Amino acid sequence: MPEIRTFQPQIQPASAQPTGPQPDPAGSAIRQFLRSRGNSALADRSFHILMVLCALTIFGIVGLIAVVLILRSDMAWHQFGLKFFYTFERDRVTGAPLYWDPVNGHFSAVPFIYGTLVSSFLALLLAVPLAIGVAIFLTEMCPKALRGPLAFVTELLAAIPSVIYGLWAVFVLVPLLRDYVNPLLVRLLGWTGFFSDDNPTGLGYISAAVILAIMILPIISSLTREVMTAVPHSQREAVLALGATRWEMIRMGVLRNARIGIVGGVILGLGRALGETMAVAMVIGNSPDIQRSLLANGSSMASVIANEYAEATSDLHRSALTELGLALFIVTIIVNALARILVWAVTRGTPEQAR
Amino acid sequence: MGVGIDVTNLNAWYGTNHTLQDINLHIPANHATALIGPSGCGKSTFVRCLNRMHETNPIARVTGQVKVGDQDIYADAKPVEIRRRIGMVFQRPNPFPTMSIYDNVASGLKLNGYSNRRVLDEIVEKSLKNSALWDEVKDDLRKKSGASLSGGQQQRLCIARALAVDPEVLLMDEPASALDPVSTSKIEDLIFELKSQYTIVIVTHNMQQAARVAEKTGFFLNGRLVEFDETHKIFTNPTDKRTEDYITGRFG
Repeated sequence: MPEIRTFQPQIQPASAQPTGPQPDPAGSAIRQFLRSRGNSALADRSFHILMVLCALTIFGIVGLIAVVLILRSDMAWHQFGLKFFYTFERDRVTGAPLYWDPVNGHFSAVPFIYGTLVSSFLALLLAVPLAIGVAIFLTEMCPKALRGPLAFVTELLAAIPSVIYGLWAVFVLVPLLRDYVNPLLVRLLGWTGFFSDDNPTGLGYISAAVILAIMILPIISSLTREVMTAVPHSQREAVLALGATRWEMIRMGVLRNARIGIVGGVILGLGRALGETMAVAMVIGNSPDIQRSLLANGSSMASVIANEYAEATSDLHRSALTELGLALFIVTIIVNALARILVWAVTRGTPEQAR
Repeated sequence: MGVGIDVTNLNAWYGTNHTLQDINLHIPANHATALIGPSGCGKSTFVRCLNRMHETNPIARVTGQVKVGDQDIYADAKPVEIRRRIGMVFQRPNPFPTMSIYDNVASGLKLNGYSNRRVLDEIVEKSLKNSALWDEVKDDLRKKSGASLSGGQQQRLCIARALAVDPEVLLMDEPASALDPVSTSKIEDLIFELKSQYTIVIVTHNMQQAARVAEKTGFFLNGRLVEFDETHKIFTNPTDKRTEDYITGRFG
């Protein structure tokens, strides 16, 4: 090892007197002012209490909603019990299911739970790949000049009121599906039994799912975009330096690191899809029924509440609708909990900085 | 075995900033070559030109010829092929945090579709041994994530990851500058070991480090290669006044 010649600079000892302007010992007006301020303990404590109260209102609101839903659904709960959610009556003669007939006193939540789940999951199936594609394009491939406007427009989609989506669906989407898409689905996938051509209206689960997919697309894609942007550049370089193509770099360096956030985005999308009322009520067909065909008319928990609450025929009817509301409340909580468990399952073992 | 690298009239730009100007040098095979110089002098840009990482930045541009072995990497090949032959270790350790230690090392091979478990096991073990990390991690290869290691271990993991694809050249861009002295000395020992099998190009701010590990040293200043010679000569009897000023600490 060769000897390195080093240059020794002259360093002043730290004890040397500073040569700059001396501070004026009398010029302590600022110090005097600051000392006269007191310790502000009272203000600090009141601020603390105020903020705790603000935080507690969240719990208060959730608790109040639950209490009101439980009290108002008391009648239906006593009448049907837990059976309301998993079973339904059948006609004594024909054996046909009697899901929901307020006039004759038949109430069951089953078709609405089914409608909500089918339309929401179908919506996720359509929206998630599209949203991730949008996010990949925006973060990894889009020319800089186009990135801002595109992201802006995507997020603007989230700001449109749902009744507008419903109107657009009624006038544009439903005829489109009815005339072009549904016949194609029947022809190609009719054999599965999930697509039958006995509904000429074009309304139904699939219309609801498509409009829901469009509505949750911006949430999922903007969240996905955010977490993908947050993935450090060094991760992309690490994959590229191993000889990865652009797609491999995105898969290994970006999506893999961002997957937790993507799951989070999907959860948020599902939450909105489950609870979405207006647009779904306008296109799902509103028939309290369970049908195998995805092209058939159905009804969701939110849509039946919106449609029937104002003109409910009896207290029991109103109570049953409230119980549906309670169930929707609980389903949403369960779905979120499930999703959290999923998040926990995939993040387990990765340290904090990876999230 | 490593291959030599011939660089002819290399110029590089970031936007309108001419970061490398007319670089000519020959990097010998199976030796360590150090590149020194003050921050912003272009030495990082230079190594990034050697595996075409420079051009991943959309505003970057390169002209000139770089021959790795017999292959002109800018004329005869796609970046993906080049980067499979030339490994790179970055300044900040960047293991994949969502992968286990094993998967981190195997990532380069898995990426290219290599899936023979038995061979993968062997390669992972050999790479971790080569990077002097095996003894510290062999018990939790699959249990621990790459990010759970200490900074110095992470950097050696990144070296193992680069070695697993059996590159001909290993580029190291300030591999020890984010590490403590103990980890730094481990990395230096490692470079010393590895240079018999690979051609190593190491960028460093630490002149003692260059003196310790490299046979050849190049001094960069303001985008130009001021001097390139035997390490011994650069540090004891440099030809250029600017080199002398830099290595004696008068500037930079």
